[in-house]
Amino acid sequence: MSIATPAVQPIQPAAPQDADFEVVRSWKAPIALSIFTVLSFLLLVVFGRTGISTFRLSTTSDLIQLPEVELPTQLTGIVISVLLLLITVISAWLVRSRARVPIWLIAVFAVLVLIGFLSWAAADKTIPVPGLLFGAISLAVPLIFGALGGVISERVGVVNIAIEGQLLAGAFTSALVASLTNQPLLGLVAAMFAGVLVSMVLASFSIKYFVDQVIVGVVLNVLVIGLTGFLYSQVMAPNAATLNQPPRFERINIPLLSEIPIIGPVLFRQTLIVYIMYVAVAVVYYGIFHTKWGLRLRSVGEHPQAADTVGINVARTRFWNVSLAGAIVGLGGAYFTLGSVGAFGKEMTAGAGFIALAAVIFGRWDPIRATLAALLFGFASNLQNVLSIIGSPVPSEFMLMLPYLVTIFAVAGFVGTSRGPAASGKPYIKS
Amino acid sequence: MSATQGHPTEAVTKTRPPEQSRWDRAFREITTGNAIISVLAVVLALLVGAVMIAFTNKDVQAASGYFFSRPTDLLGAIWNAVAGAYSALFQGSVYNFRRPSFAAGIKPLTETLTFATPLIMAGLGVALGFRVGMFNIGGRGQMLIAAALGGWVGFAVDLPYGLHMVAALVAGILGGALWGGIVGLLKARTGAHEVITTIMLNYVAFYLVSYLLRDGFLKTPGSNNPKSPATQATAVFPDLLGPTYSLHFGFILAIVATIFTWWLLSRSNLGFQFRAVGLNPHAARVAGISVKRIYVYAMLLSGGLIGLAGINQVLGTTTSGFGAGLDSGIGFDAITVALLGRSKPWGVFAAGILFGAFKAGGFSMQAAEGVPIDIVLVVQSLIVLFIAAPPLVRAIFRLPAAGTTRRALPNVTQEVAAK
Repeated sequence: MSIATPAVQPIQPAAPQDADFEVVRSWKAPIALSIFTVLSFLLLVVFGRTGISTFRLSTTSDLIQLPEVELPTQLTGIVISVLLLLITVISAWLVRSRARVPIWLIAVFAVLVLIGFLSWAAADKTIPVPGLLFGAISLAVPLIFGALGGVISERVGVVNIAIEGQLLAGAFTSALVASLTNQPLLGLVAAMFAGVLVSMVLASFSIKYFVDQVIVGVVLNVLVIGLTGFLYSQVMAPNAATLNQPPRFERINIPLLSEIPIIGPVLFRQTLIVYIMYVAVAVVYYGIFHTKWGLRLRSVGEHPQAADTVGINVARTRFWNVSLAGAIVGLGGAYFTLGSVGAFGKEMTAGAGFIALAAVIFGRWDPIRATLAALLFGFASNLQNVLSIIGSPVPSEFMLMLPYLVTIFAVAGFVGTSRGPAASGKPYIKS
Repeated sequence: MSATQGHPTEAVTKTRPPEQSRWDRAFREITTGNAIISVLAVVLALLVGAVMIAFTNKDVQAASGYFFSRPTDLLGAIWNAVAGAYSALFQGSVYNFRRPSFAAGIKPLTETLTFATPLIMAGLGVALGFRVGMFNIGGRGQMLIAAALGGWVGFAVDLPYGLHMVAALVAGILGGALWGGIVGLLKARTGAHEVITTIMLNYVAFYLVSYLLRDGFLKTPGSNNPKSPATQATAVFPDLLGPTYSLHFGFILAIVATIFTWWLLSRSNLGFQFRAVGLNPHAARVAGISVKRIYVYAMLLSGGLIGLAGINQVLGTTTSGFGAGLDSGIGFDAITVALLGRSKPWGVFAAGILFGAFKAGGFSMQAAEGVPIDIVLVVQSLIVLFIAAPPLVRAIFRLPAAGTTRRALPNVTQEVAAK
């Protein structure tokens, strides 16, 4: 890492380094991998546990029943440590010979670390794999919607710190409207409207009045927390029976697909909001990178002046796309009340918007990568839930800390200098 | 704002000498100045708050049912609801007229200053980050680590009076600086975005301190309650106005911290480099400033100031021991304080006192009138929003635009101009 910078700087001091044109060797990946290898070796072998770790792969309602996988804990630990060492050596050799470390190698490494850790934690116990993954998706749904909204908003050039506020506004309105009308679908629509409303404030203040976007975002979060909290205590809580008992979405089993082993119960026995999420991820990805709309959106976010020159209305593009982002985040807010919890509670989003923001940056402003990052956060939180149920040898606080520590390592080790859309956060003042 | 809008005003008044009367000019200076915007922003925010209070009040709702037969009832109910809430807010934060003596009546003001103390300290930390172009959302984590280290010195180490307090104070500041410094180091060495790392470190600190309180060196022996032992009397901040008032030595520290930050930013060599990096890191690098080193220094200082807020809570405000919820939202409130204070030390000081007043008054408003304290959040955020957008406030009150009589200047706030 220290080698990389001076070599590039004399040529072009102002330009951030782009990974695609990197000719110098970056030792970040091997260093990070070797740290993880040493940690895994310590945990799996030095402090290894004995016994049999069981992984249950099927739920009782599956058509195709897979047998439970039983791994001897100690042997698994040793084998995995050797494999991890191997991958680290390969990556170091690749970097030495000036090649890039492929992303699939890092993914294999991560999966191996995960299997090793799971089998270590589950010595003489059983891990329900479908339950683990199902919960991970549930926890990740609002994060993914939030991250998609964040990606659209930042790609068009408006920093969206207000994801938290949009989620909370969506959760509140969907609970209110769905309780009043007894229609979860109407609640969903109302949540989108609430998200759009918050977004429009963000957009008009940052586009029309040129207020710093970070300021508006932070302040909007506080405003929505205050508004929903006030209305909850004053109006909703005293009349909870009529105003805060929304009907929840039913789970829909998709025929055939839901019977695929492992994947079926995890992905295709979900509620409507989750299916909307799958579609949203695909549509946003395709839209941003393969349509005229996406090209315009990205051009406004990267170089508004150039976009203006070819006749794109920068202010209007930004306004409506930020509003669209708000609608998507609002859907994620509805998941809190109509999908998982059922009733609105004060500050029930509990920082999910900030995690979604982290997922946007972690995912380098790419819808697919941001979704994967959000899934990682969801998985890590649910891993803690599952391990605390089966009884984990680690204090629960450290398990809860793990996803955040992994993120810090990942951001420092693999992502590095993440570069957002060039004009993100900068207002465009037409001259 | 003052910089961008001040100059055109002067230029215009100079080039256009006699035809403007003195009164005209005075009127123009008042209506186009910054002070009037701030005042009007507060008025607007309070108005919105009043509407919310009135709409959700039960008496008002009852009276609106028969509005056409007795409209005065509705107006009276609205007046009662709004005036009751705001007078409770005032009496809870500045002066309580129902108390017999001045000494008892002024007590709410000292409460305000006590609430303002950590907000000022943490606000200065966030503002320092803003001036270097970094967004420190990690106030919560930095306060927790500061409280953990400083609090441990405060209850577990035996030292004479005075020295003990200083030792705990230093440990706390170092704790905050350490937690902030990690962020700066990661940004400088690997380019990791500080927004991610500060958010993540908030959670790490929260769970770490939770563990330490439950099973680590912060645990109270013989108790299952996840709470630390009480701070020893030798380390507790002295009261400024005697034991009847809650105001403690921490407020003096807040003033000292403000003066220090002001000196640092506007008088010191390091502060000059801070501002240069904040305005344009590329230009600063060309000018020979080591941008990476500045990031580390800035986060160390920013974390240290926020750590001061954390240790202030342990040694001054709640000395009976702390839990993992110690920061009680101060880390995030500090961001709003820094924004309202426009990242200038004395602006942050004033904003901290205003928000402290809202906090102190909000509790008594909730107790006396049953208005949820969340309304304070709404009013606070609206104030910041309105102050950040002067053209909006001008449009609502139909004030003339700054500088000119006819033509409107482009509305560029300082935050924009800095980019």
